[in-house]
Amino acid sequence: MSAIISIKNLSKTYAGGFQALKHVDLDIRRGEIFALLGPNGAGKTTLISIICGLVNPTTGSVTVDGSDIVKDYRRVRAMIGLVPQELTTDHFETVFNAVAFSRGLFGKAPNPAYIEKILKSLSLWEKKDSRIMTLSGGMKRRLLIAKALSHEPTVLFLDEPTAGVDVELRKDMWQVVRDLRATGVTIILTTHYLEEAEEMADRVGVITRGELILVEDKAELMRKLGKKQLILQLDAALTALPERLSGYDLELSPDGKQLTFTYDTRAGRTGITTLLNDMRDAGIGFVDLDTTQSSLEDIFVDLVRSNR
Amino acid sequence: MNLYAVKAIYSFEMSRAVRTLMQSIVSPVLSTSLYFIVFGAAIGTRIAEIDGIAYGAFIVPGLIMLQLLTQSISNAAFGIYFPRFTGTIYELLSAPVSPLEIVLGFVGAAATKSIVLGLIILATAALFVDLHIAHPIWMLTFLVLTAITFSLFGFIIGIWADGFEKLQIIPLLIITPLTFLGGTFYSIDMLPPFWQKVTLFNPVVYLVSGFRWSFFGVSDVNIYASLGATVGFLLLSLLIVWRIFKTGYRLKT
Repeated sequence: MSAIISIKNLSKTYAGGFQALKHVDLDIRRGEIFALLGPNGAGKTTLISIICGLVNPTTGSVTVDGSDIVKDYRRVRAMIGLVPQELTTDHFETVFNAVAFSRGLFGKAPNPAYIEKILKSLSLWEKKDSRIMTLSGGMKRRLLIAKALSHEPTVLFLDEPTAGVDVELRKDMWQVVRDLRATGVTIILTTHYLEEAEEMADRVGVITRGELILVEDKAELMRKLGKKQLILQLDAALTALPERLSGYDLELSPDGKQLTFTYDTRAGRTGITTLLNDMRDAGIGFVDLDTTQSSLEDIFVDLVRSNR
Repeated sequence: MNLYAVKAIYSFEMSRAVRTLMQSIVSPVLSTSLYFIVFGAAIGTRIAEIDGIAYGAFIVPGLIMLQLLTQSISNAAFGIYFPRFTGTIYELLSAPVSPLEIVLGFVGAAATKSIVLGLIILATAALFVDLHIAHPIWMLTFLVLTAITFSLFGFIIGIWADGFEKLQIIPLLIITPLTFLGGTFYSIDMLPPFWQKVTLFNPVVYLVSGFRWSFFGVSDVNIYASLGATVGFLLLSLLIVWRIFKTGYRLKT
């Protein structure tokens, strides 16, 4: 798949000396959902802001669909929609006018039918004549998405799109994002909700302290870095682990009826077979078993910790 | 050129003026009418003619200029400051618009509002005093040039300001005093010789004088000096705006 955004050696040092980005190289593939994960202050918003023209880079270059973001800013920006992190809206304007304004600002001829379609898809049509100040937080968030989509962008940046949004609405938004991807829009989202990245992203980038420490297909990332756990329900409670099982990464539940074995899927041998053999030899039986895989959240926390 | 963007910004700003009609039009017209009543009808009748012009009529160009300067500055300053304050400026900065288009939208709208206001005040003045305009084309030229120049100046203030107080400081503490001391209510010939010389350093003198000349054919300073001062300030403001966008001052980090 070809790259629609190509970032080369991008660095940003703010006036106070804070280095927000350090030599970032990244290609975003056309049509994918790319999740950029990182703790607060990692450089996610700076990266997005540079691509969208809000922040000047210190060094490096970015091209969008082959056009440089500085030299050919008109073409680049016309392709990009941005949903900012903060709920920044003009309180006194009506919903419809605010979206129509955005469309005009991005150089598109008025198209009330298209705006109606967007507002309906985001469940905002009923509020089209309402002033923005009367909307709930979730509605304002959807309005920002409507504004970003008003000029039919091919690349959409969502900076913490579901921050402060309730669970139900969050799932609605995920659906909106999936529908957009289905129309060919490339989506880059930053999020604190790892569940969001896990749910939606095709690829994941992890950024911390201005450095992109990992870019990987989500499924591959979870396969590579994911740890699994084997949970055994014992047929009889144990008071302590037998000596012969001390070499395994085992945890006995307080009631002594559940044994949890953590293993690495990347290892050549997981140790499950020998564990079960040793348990049989020790006279420990089990009535049920289950396996669980670590979430993207666990992986993310491990990665960021290991980079400290 | 992204004309849709210029139109979007212009229309947005104009609709804001309509939403705030009391503040944009009614309030300045009312305060100017009060000036006419007090200085024109009440006190003006006891003041001798100046350069052969009744005092009530003499102050009309100065009063229009007073409102034109303050309203141009405040309209343009608020227009660009408000999106900076609320954060909606992100949309403007991420849009495919050039600095020229942004300035055309904001300054064009602010100047339009001021020109409309100036014409309304002129019509209001005609209700109180007997007015005839000697050079109507020049009158409109000064009106439009001054509105654009001071809207540009207001735009600069709106970008420079980092709080509502700063937004008001220049119009209140500098422009209004300079306008009052710039011959709004008197001819500078009425000042002692020393102060006549000092007052020539006040740029507003040139604006009021040129504008008054277009009404009555008499002026405190040469008409070309007035025109030169206005165009000079316009070019200076354009240069500063160009630098602002070139450096991203207070807009980009």
